[in-house]
Amino acid sequence: MMRGKPDEDDYWNSSKFKAFTFDDEDDDFTRLKESKRAVNSIRSLVEEEDEEDDVEKVSWSGEPVGSISWSVKETESSIRSTGEVRDQSFPKIHTAPSLPKNSSGYSLSSLFKGKAKTGSFQSFSESFGDPSIRNYAPELRKPKSEYKDYVSDWTPEETVKRMQQGKVYSLEKFRSLQDKLLLLDEAVNAHDGNVITAVLIYLKKSLSKEILFRELITREIALRHYIHYLKEIGEQKLLVELFKSMDRTEDMALMQYRDHLNVRDENKRRDFLKNCLSFPFSPDDATHVQDHYTLLERQIIIEANDKQVESSGQADIFKKYPRKASILNMPIITTLYYSCFYHYGESDGTFSSPANIRKTFRISDKQFLLTCLGARAKLKAWFDVDALFTTKNWLGYTKKRSPIGFHRIVDILQKNNAPVQVLQDYVNLVEDVEQKISLAQKYKCHDVIINTYRDLKDRQQLIVYRGKVEKGSSEYRKIEEILSNSQLRWKN
Amino acid sequence: MAHSVRRDAPELPDFSLLKRLARDQLIYLLEQQHDVDKLYKVEHKPILYRMVRGCFLYPLTNWFLFPDVVNADKAFGRFRRYKIIFSPQKFYACENLLEEQGIFGDVTTDEWSFYLLPLDDDIISLELPEFFRDYFLEGDQRWVRTAGSALHLLHSVYGPFSKVYGIGRCSKMAYESWREQVEEGEQRARQAEIGNVFLIDRDVDLVTPLCSQVVYEGLVDDIFRIKCGCVEFCPDVTSSDKSIKVMLNSQDKVFNEIRNEHFSQVFGFLSQKARNLQTAYDKRSGMNIKQMKTFVSEELKGLKQEHRLLSLHIGASESMMKKKTKQDFQELLKTEHSLLEGFEIRECISYIEEHINRQVSMVESMRLLCLLSLTENGLLPKDYRSLKAQFLQSYGIEHLLTFSNLKQLGLLVEQQPGETLTVMESRVGKLVNDKTAGKLTDAFSSLAKKSNFRALGRRLNLVPKSDEEYDLRVPRDMAYIFSGAYIPLSCKLIEQVLERDGWTGLEEVTRMLNGHEFAVTDARVKTDSQRIILVMFLGGCTFSEISALRFLGREKGIKFIVVTTAITNSARLLESMLDNHA
Repeated sequence: MMRGKPDEDDYWNSSKFKAFTFDDEDDDFTRLKESKRAVNSIRSLVEEEDEEDDVEKVSWSGEPVGSISWSVKETESSIRSTGEVRDQSFPKIHTAPSLPKNSSGYSLSSLFKGKAKTGSFQSFSESFGDPSIRNYAPELRKPKSEYKDYVSDWTPEETVKRMQQGKVYSLEKFRSLQDKLLLLDEAVNAHDGNVITAVLIYLKKSLSKEILFRELITREIALRHYIHYLKEIGEQKLLVELFKSMDRTEDMALMQYRDHLNVRDENKRRDFLKNCLSFPFSPDDATHVQDHYTLLERQIIIEANDKQVESSGQADIFKKYPRKASILNMPIITTLYYSCFYHYGESDGTFSSPANIRKTFRISDKQFLLTCLGARAKLKAWFDVDALFTTKNWLGYTKKRSPIGFHRIVDILQKNNAPVQVLQDYVNLVEDVEQKISLAQKYKCHDVIINTYRDLKDRQQLIVYRGKVEKGSSEYRKIEEILSNSQLRWKN
Repeated sequence: MAHSVRRDAPELPDFSLLKRLARDQLIYLLEQQHDVDKLYKVEHKPILYRMVRGCFLYPLTNWFLFPDVVNADKAFGRFRRYKIIFSPQKFYACENLLEEQGIFGDVTTDEWSFYLLPLDDDIISLELPEFFRDYFLEGDQRWVRTAGSALHLLHSVYGPFSKVYGIGRCSKMAYESWREQVEEGEQRARQAEIGNVFLIDRDVDLVTPLCSQVVYEGLVDDIFRIKCGCVEFCPDVTSSDKSIKVMLNSQDKVFNEIRNEHFSQVFGFLSQKARNLQTAYDKRSGMNIKQMKTFVSEELKGLKQEHRLLSLHIGASESMMKKKTKQDFQELLKTEHSLLEGFEIRECISYIEEHINRQVSMVESMRLLCLLSLTENGLLPKDYRSLKAQFLQSYGIEHLLTFSNLKQLGLLVEQQPGETLTVMESRVGKLVNDKTAGKLTDAFSSLAKKSNFRALGRRLNLVPKSDEEYDLRVPRDMAYIFSGAYIPLSCKLIEQVLERDGWTGLEEVTRMLNGHEFAVTDARVKTDSQRIILVMFLGGCTFSEISALRFLGREKGIKFIVVTTAITNSARLLESMLDNHA
């Protein structure tokens, strides 16, 4: 069926490795193909008997065609196929090898052939549930005599096989809905996504979408191929209709929401998001999309304002720390950081103030603190950092509190290059003594270590530590002082 | 390094043949059929160079963009003829698109069936990173036949195989496709070089690829990303001003000795190696002219080569060490191990929360969330809602789309209220016999994909008791690849099935893995290559898993050949789930 390629290794000559020849311009070859096809079809006309063999050959799958029930039925199918295992064939999967062999010994195709010949075909919907009938495809064909042209006289199985092998095929003769669906189910049965999609493209062209959608509902595998195909070629509208017809409204909403990524202009994107608000999201997602819209709306206002302020050179903060990028399309937390950086201390009323952002987007205390801390520490505004943790109780005493462990705070401050004087305040607040000492050692907060050992009355450790600090330094002197203090009662 | 290789371990077949076959075919295709004399690699931008006859190598993931390239050319008044050579297979959808866009005549197509790229003596890749998303997320089976063809190719060159085991729906389909292709073609009797085959779907075990890799090769992949067996070391590593590309495979003698080692062991090994090298160099002193001559001509080249490799890997180790210290790797690992063990889950959740709050790497946050969900059978609704909200706040609300993908795939899900399904399932399961129960399980599992990780872990002993010391220098089991904290489920399954010669006794396990296991024997094949086993991962496998299999092979005196649709790791896997770009 293919041109001879004398140069090629034997191996590559096995049919499947051949190049596809859709568009071959070789005239000789085309003619050869034509005649071969003609010869083939003549044979099938003449030798009716041969057909059984043909079917036998392609009935390897033996699986029911209904794709939705694939998972459940495949067990069944492989059990049935045990009846026709030929000793010489490549082994099949037996899901239940312990079951007794099918005693009939008939091949699948011969069974179905008998059945199909006697029974006239019911309407398609009735026969839908019975895989055996649909498996026997050749009977669905019109009597041969009706064919004027037998160029593409292939069964669904043969067609799918030819497509898989990259041979010439034709889908045009699959005109009745029944034939089309048989073809689709055959493609699904062959587990070849490429062919499934090809068949779906043909169905898309030749069936009204309502009919196609209706049939796809019961064919999960084909449906997923169809959705993926539409996604890839960007047929958004059709996808939306598909989801709608299947009542998959959340998928539909997300699908449409996804499109905002294609809108470059920020004002148009904001309008697009506003439009999204009416889509049927799940309640949680609806809140998030609402946030998305609000966020972009505010970012546009903040951006316009700050750009103007920056270029006019009015505010010191922009002069000292010029903005590296626009705030548009940044996440909420980045926006909050930005606002803590450039708009700290603004009143709650302005969109750009940290307090307003916190409230609008329901940001947790912990999250707010972390972000704020990062921004203020970056600016080395240690006073602001201090204020973040300071709470007054009703008696007016101040105390430092934090929703996250102080060892974490130390870590963040250290990463922002906080000086030792600042760091040690926070190291001191770490509750766990061991952790406190290890942090203090890591960041060289001598005072904290010395005081902790003193409080622990641990003379030995203090002596050890004296050996680690520089002789004559203030730390050294401090240790000396403590060690010589006769008031202290050491535990060791 | 300290591993004794069993002397009776079999030899691996030679896979360079695969490369030669593929190359010859391409050359044939280009020279004989199309008179092409040059190849161009093309990205998605207008083609600026002048060419009368050229060739496109185009990533198939973007096939639907191709008409844009052609039309952009046309808009510039450039009329060209194009040839697309699809590899490994033609896409009908793409051809149809070309037709619809009216450029079918300008563009002709062909196919280059290049299925298998040998990356190393024991690793063969299909180089299909898109497989994971296409199949597991989108449900598109376009690569199933490709996998079948790859198996068919291996079968005809190195087979026949005597036994095939498998688990997973895709494995089953790939097997069917392969079987069909075998039956279509003629079979030649030949000496089998590979005995058994094991097929496994990636979604059978999603936990393992999401764990941080701590074996050298895996760590290098996590940090520097190995592409096609090749890695680019940045100036940081090479301690010069330019980065260099290095092939990482068994040809690199230094790498070959450390690739499977736990990272903590690598430094010691490298410094020992450096000392040995020094001694070898030192031999020079006190040599006479003649000895010096032999030294220079025979040993020096090898020593220099080793020197170069050694300094490279020392540089890489240092750089990795630095990066990992910076991100508090210890604490991260501790959280991961707690998740695997099911210990102090609340602490883990607050760790993840803080990770998200601090806007540390998005993919890392997502990885931890997925690990939490997979090991805990989903998140409690209240946790799910709160963590999702915080994630969106930190990394962008458009990740709504990512969450939808993760849910679809079962990587990150909400627990079903009350876990009613499990209860119902087990109740029904008791009433009916096993076969029907299997079907029911199938039906249930389609309703709620569950990972059952805890139960599986107990049954297969995946998580060793944490109170025992684990000596990483002398690993006692495959858990060493995760610092002794976890035996990869995928590899444990392979070990169990090979040990039992089938799935007997693993019924409970396969039920928890949603079934689809199979074992077939080709009675016609009598082979003495039983101890060479080909493992095919559909959807990708990690270097850690390969290391674990190498370990298992050494223990049992067998050799594994890993065939994978692509080498993967947590970052690649999760990045393929992202949908946040236009």
